[in-house]
Amino acid sequence: MFKSDPMSNNSVQQSTAVPVPLIEVDKLNLKIGDNHLLRDISVTSYTPGVTMVMGPNGAGKSLLLRCLHGLFTPTSGSIRLLNKPHEATTAFQSMVFQKAVLLRRNVIKNLEFAAPNGTPTAEITELLAKVHLNGKELQPARLLSGGEQQRLALARSLLTKPRLLLLDEPTASLDPASVLIIERLISEATEQGVKCIFISHDLGQAKRLGADIIFLHQGRLAEHTDTETFFTSPQSREAKAYLNGEIVL
Amino acid sequence: MLDNAFVEAFNLMVSGSPELTEILWLSVQVSLTALFFSITLGLPIGTSLAITEFPGKRACVTILNSLMGLPPVVVGLLVYLLLSRSGPLGVLGLLYTPTAMVIAQVVLITPIIAALAYQVMDDLHREYRDLFQSLRIPLRKAVPTYLWDARYSLVTSVLAGFGRAISEVGAVIIVGGNIDHLTRVMTTAIALETSKGELAIALALGIILLTLALIVNAAVTTVRTLGLKNAYV
Amino acid sequence: MKLTRIIQYIGLATVLHVASNLAIAESILVQSTTSTKNSGLYDYILPKVKADTGVTVNVVAVGTGQAIKNAERCDGDVLLVHAKASEEKFVNEGYGVKRSDLMYNDFVIVGPAADPAGISGSGDVSKSLSTIAAKQALFASRGDDSGTHKAELRLWKAAGTDPEASSGAWYRETGSGMGATLNVAVGMGAYAMTDRATWTKFGNKGDFKIQVEGDKRLFNQYGVILVNKDKCPSVKSEAGQQFIDWLLSTKGQKAIASYTVNGNQLFFPNAK
Repeated sequence: MFKSDPMSNNSVQQSTAVPVPLIEVDKLNLKIGDNHLLRDISVTSYTPGVTMVMGPNGAGKSLLLRCLHGLFTPTSGSIRLLNKPHEATTAFQSMVFQKAVLLRRNVIKNLEFAAPNGTPTAEITELLAKVHLNGKELQPARLLSGGEQQRLALARSLLTKPRLLLLDEPTASLDPASVLIIERLISEATEQGVKCIFISHDLGQAKRLGADIIFLHQGRLAEHTDTETFFTSPQSREAKAYLNGEIVL
Repeated sequence: MLDNAFVEAFNLMVSGSPELTEILWLSVQVSLTALFFSITLGLPIGTSLAITEFPGKRACVTILNSLMGLPPVVVGLLVYLLLSRSGPLGVLGLLYTPTAMVIAQVVLITPIIAALAYQVMDDLHREYRDLFQSLRIPLRKAVPTYLWDARYSLVTSVLAGFGRAISEVGAVIIVGGNIDHLTRVMTTAIALETSKGELAIALALGIILLTLALIVNAAVTTVRTLGLKNAYV
Repeated sequence: MKLTRIIQYIGLATVLHVASNLAIAESILVQSTTSTKNSGLYDYILPKVKADTGVTVNVVAVGTGQAIKNAERCDGDVLLVHAKASEEKFVNEGYGVKRSDLMYNDFVIVGPAADPAGISGSGDVSKSLSTIAAKQALFASRGDDSGTHKAELRLWKAAGTDPEASSGAWYRETGSGMGATLNVAVGMGAYAMTDRATWTKFGNKGDFKIQVEGDKRLFNQYGVILVNKDKCPSVKSEAGQQFIDWLLSTKGQKAIASYTVNGNQLFFPNAK
């Protein structure tokens, strides 16, 4: 189902191959009007799997993700993803938004709309089953519960066979069953070589899924480390305070 | 006078007068045909305008909205000059035919439909923009999708267009000439009866026209409500 | 799929248009003054024309001024109006083939029963108009360059008054057809000049009466002209001439004379 990437997180391959930067952001700035929203962000990640993007509200996490996805054009700076220039990457990216945006039609038609030409129906049905929505094909998509809608949105994203999957707090305020289904699907995707960049406020989720963590604060990069180090010995003042449950301004 | 008119209207409708039927039928034909072409032109234009970004977009939207206020008589005059034998399209011999009336009404109501569609689509675009960009949907696939998804909201703009068409007289009287059995519609018949001082008949025709408009609106609104009940909200 | 439907519909519309065009192939368009329409004359004689000649006559009734301009633009085959000077100019400038007298009736001045200018029963139109101006009684004029309007202005001139100086005061120029102007006159209790035929058939007289009539200067002559094919290649000269010939023939003239409303003859044939 997922395009297997030669740069996948097969640990045997990794130890013999030259590490390749999967996320490369260099001096990224974003100004909208008078607001300098992303400030000089430079971060490089070689870690396959899920890169969590964390930070307090307003830190710029969504904006960063949107810049990576091409929905915003940065004021300055460069982006390379999966070791390719940015322009070449938009074709194999997919994004799951914080609130699912579904068309005003039934479940199966929503999937068919996004499916690449020639996608066999069996594949669509299979994906539907994976998100536990089989049996609901003909239901109006917008009448599904929040969790069901987000699962549908994830299924839609996976249908396009992305090599890079961006997720903006996809499981915030969802029921636990939906969270589980979504997390399982993401793990499966990363096993097949899809690189995921995942915004989350949920520390538990970060521990469950994250390979490395990019921590933003007020538009700047505060810290970038692997998950274990982040939780046991965070380096930056902001990350320490955040993990302590303090409000940092 | 008014109660005379209601009685007259009732009698006219019940009598099944062939002249009345002829005039009513032509009114409906002309306005529905015009509506069809206006929808075909106006909906994609309004939608495309809402979805795309380009320099001067705001000016285009302003112009489009202003065109909603085109006076029918001005449109009639312009189309007349266009279709006149001594005008650029004179060779087509379209003046004083129902076709000319359709053309004039298309010019009149396309901006209305386009501008109202733009409004609806602008709102929808706020919701769908990121998704469509993320899925890299091309314009030629996006426009019909937006149109289908917004179909219930667009009904109102279509009704507005129809209402404008069926009720205007300024354009059709100039390009149609109000010729008996040829280009006489309800509104021009009302104008004629008024100029003959036959005010009761004119009012009666007006009541019949209003009744027609009411029936159309009621029918469409019912369809819309039933559709919404299926909650493709 | 949507595109094919559109093409189908355009095709259908074209076929319908062509079909309707063919149906009116033996038809002509007359640019006419309004009084002949409003009085019901056309409703009376056109079926007879069709029966005798097979020609369907379509009438666009606008003011004389507009009718003449339309004919100059080649948007008609025959011109039927009542402004002799303008008609002769039309022919002299080459737009028309020949002008023929068709029929006549007369103008009358109508006004409220209360008769504020005190001109009721007068047979002198000049004196009546001067009185109206002197007393500044409300007067509704066509103001639209029509035959009636031109005749009205001639009469004001002969009476030595320039009413347009008081336009908006007691002289109200409606810029509309005869019927609309009469509606306005009745509505505001103003005098108005109208042709007798339109007045007789008019349905909204209120309490208005004919106040001035019978003056020779109120004579109203109608003329008919075939539009010149040399200037307007699209003119249906044959059918148009057939119509004119019928109007000027004994049969046509008799038909015109036999048209009555409430027992009154409205038009008096006087073709030579």
